[in-house]
Amino acid sequence: MHTSTALLIELGVVLAALSVLAGLARRVGLSPVPLYLLAGLCLGPGGIAPVPAAGGFVQTGAALGVVLLLLALGLEFTAAEFADSARRHLPSAGVDLALNAAPGLVLGWVAGAGLTATLALAGITWISSSGIAARLLGDLDRLGNRETPAVLSVLVLEDVAVAVYLPLLAVLAAGGSWWHAAAAAATAAGALILAFTASYRFGGGLARVVHSTDPEQLLLRVFGLTLLVAGLAELVNASAAVGAFLFGLALTGQVADRTRRVIAPLRDLFATVFFFGIGLSVDPSDIVPVLPVALAVAAVGTATKMATGWFAAARDGAGTWARLRAGSALIARGEFSLVIASLPASVTHPRLGPFTAAFVIVAAIAGPVIARLVDVVEARARVR
Amino acid sequence: MDVAEVLLPGVGVRYEFVTEAGDRLRIVARRDGSVDVLGGGGDPDAAATLFTLTAQEADTVAELLGAPRIAERLADLTREIPGLEAGQVTVGDRSPYAGRTLGDTRARTRTGASIVAIVRGRDVVAAPAPNQPLYAGDVLVVIGTSDGVAAVADLVRG
Repeated sequence: MHTSTALLIELGVVLAALSVLAGLARRVGLSPVPLYLLAGLCLGPGGIAPVPAAGGFVQTGAALGVVLLLLALGLEFTAAEFADSARRHLPSAGVDLALNAAPGLVLGWVAGAGLTATLALAGITWISSSGIAARLLGDLDRLGNRETPAVLSVLVLEDVAVAVYLPLLAVLAAGGSWWHAAAAAATAAGALILAFTASYRFGGGLARVVHSTDPEQLLLRVFGLTLLVAGLAELVNASAAVGAFLFGLALTGQVADRTRRVIAPLRDLFATVFFFGIGLSVDPSDIVPVLPVALAVAAVGTATKMATGWFAAARDGAGTWARLRAGSALIARGEFSLVIASLPASVTHPRLGPFTAAFVIVAAIAGPVIARLVDVVEARARVR
Repeated sequence: MDVAEVLLPGVGVRYEFVTEAGDRLRIVARRDGSVDVLGGGGDPDAAATLFTLTAQEADTVAELLGAPRIAERLADLTREIPGLEAGQVTVGDRSPYAGRTLGDTRARTRTGASIVAIVRGRDVVAAPAPNQPLYAGDVLVVIGTSDGVAAVADLVRG
């Protein structure tokens, strides 16, 4: 077998550099995601040190990264948690959608971006990063707080809503008509309900097929089946990400726990490649013109998320500071916004990629910083 | 006592109650089995982590608080009848009955003592049937004479 030395060396250097960046980010309490994006920008075409040989791998790896991210998300889900969240926080999720899709919709309309790109922008500003938020809640010791169930519920409901939203967008991006897209979304909603009931009622069935005490076997079965489902979903234009999410959803109980553990290192690697790959695919010179807009939208998006958190936490009877904390935990946008932007740019909008990269970098840095700031300001206020 | 249970989607379950002394105690049982024990400060909306237990440590605490209390309560009960004692016996790793059923021990016939409950992790099997399997680490709650309880211990301890 011929192995390209350039590929190995470039990839090695890239991953080593990313690990250093991630270490730095963690040390100062930030998410490494924006740094992965920045690294991609620096090393892509037009960047300071292009890595052409690694490009092919990164492209493939990024696609796997999306699938694995969504599979892991689906595995996290339980029907009981979803039902509980929906029962208590459906209005919060509605407010979340209305407030946070608005900046994207307005931007798309003002920029005359066309229907598909406008819808994509709405999603990009709407969906918080579950990954960054969950990490933040743990890091800032907020799990015992009153507002935390509200925050987590909003995130869960967002994630489920994405499973309906993504196929809608994917079909439109693939050039499908409105009724075609609506049908895809309806199909996804149906599949979602099916996956839920299947996991709830006969969760054992799929678990038995996948189950193996050998970690290697388990990994191969789950990963193989996930790729198969994701590929079939993509084939019918329902987005590979949604297929992977539904597959993760259908796995529950002990098998889900074990699968989570087996899949985690793979997910971490390929998700990193995905974030890096998004940066790589964007020409840094395209970032500059969209930067002011991205900053403005991030500012508005921060305000709307704060309002969402305020509303959701208030429903649980939380006080002023808890409401502010809830909002600040939701600010960061990340993986979902990037998944949306990774849909074919040709049919959406050429500026969508650069805008999203810039927006996510700003929002993913601002989120943790503002969340910490709220804690600091609160501590000061209480001392007085 | 009113223990409130709150689901934390993606994280686990949070239990909370106010102690008689007026302290608010919160326990977050995470999906991976680890447990955070949190105490409230002045802010009713916030609670800081006091300490975090690994899954194994949490099991140990549960065992410390769980099994002896059951045996204690039984001891209170048996005090009413002279000569009757309650004890607890752990099924050892090398016990000949680990992996076999309760009936296989023929404890009642051989020692005269009864096994009235099996404490397994956080679960308690009350009045176990003879076909109930035994596993290493199970704690058997035994009632009988002091000799009988000791004999059961010799039998299953391994």
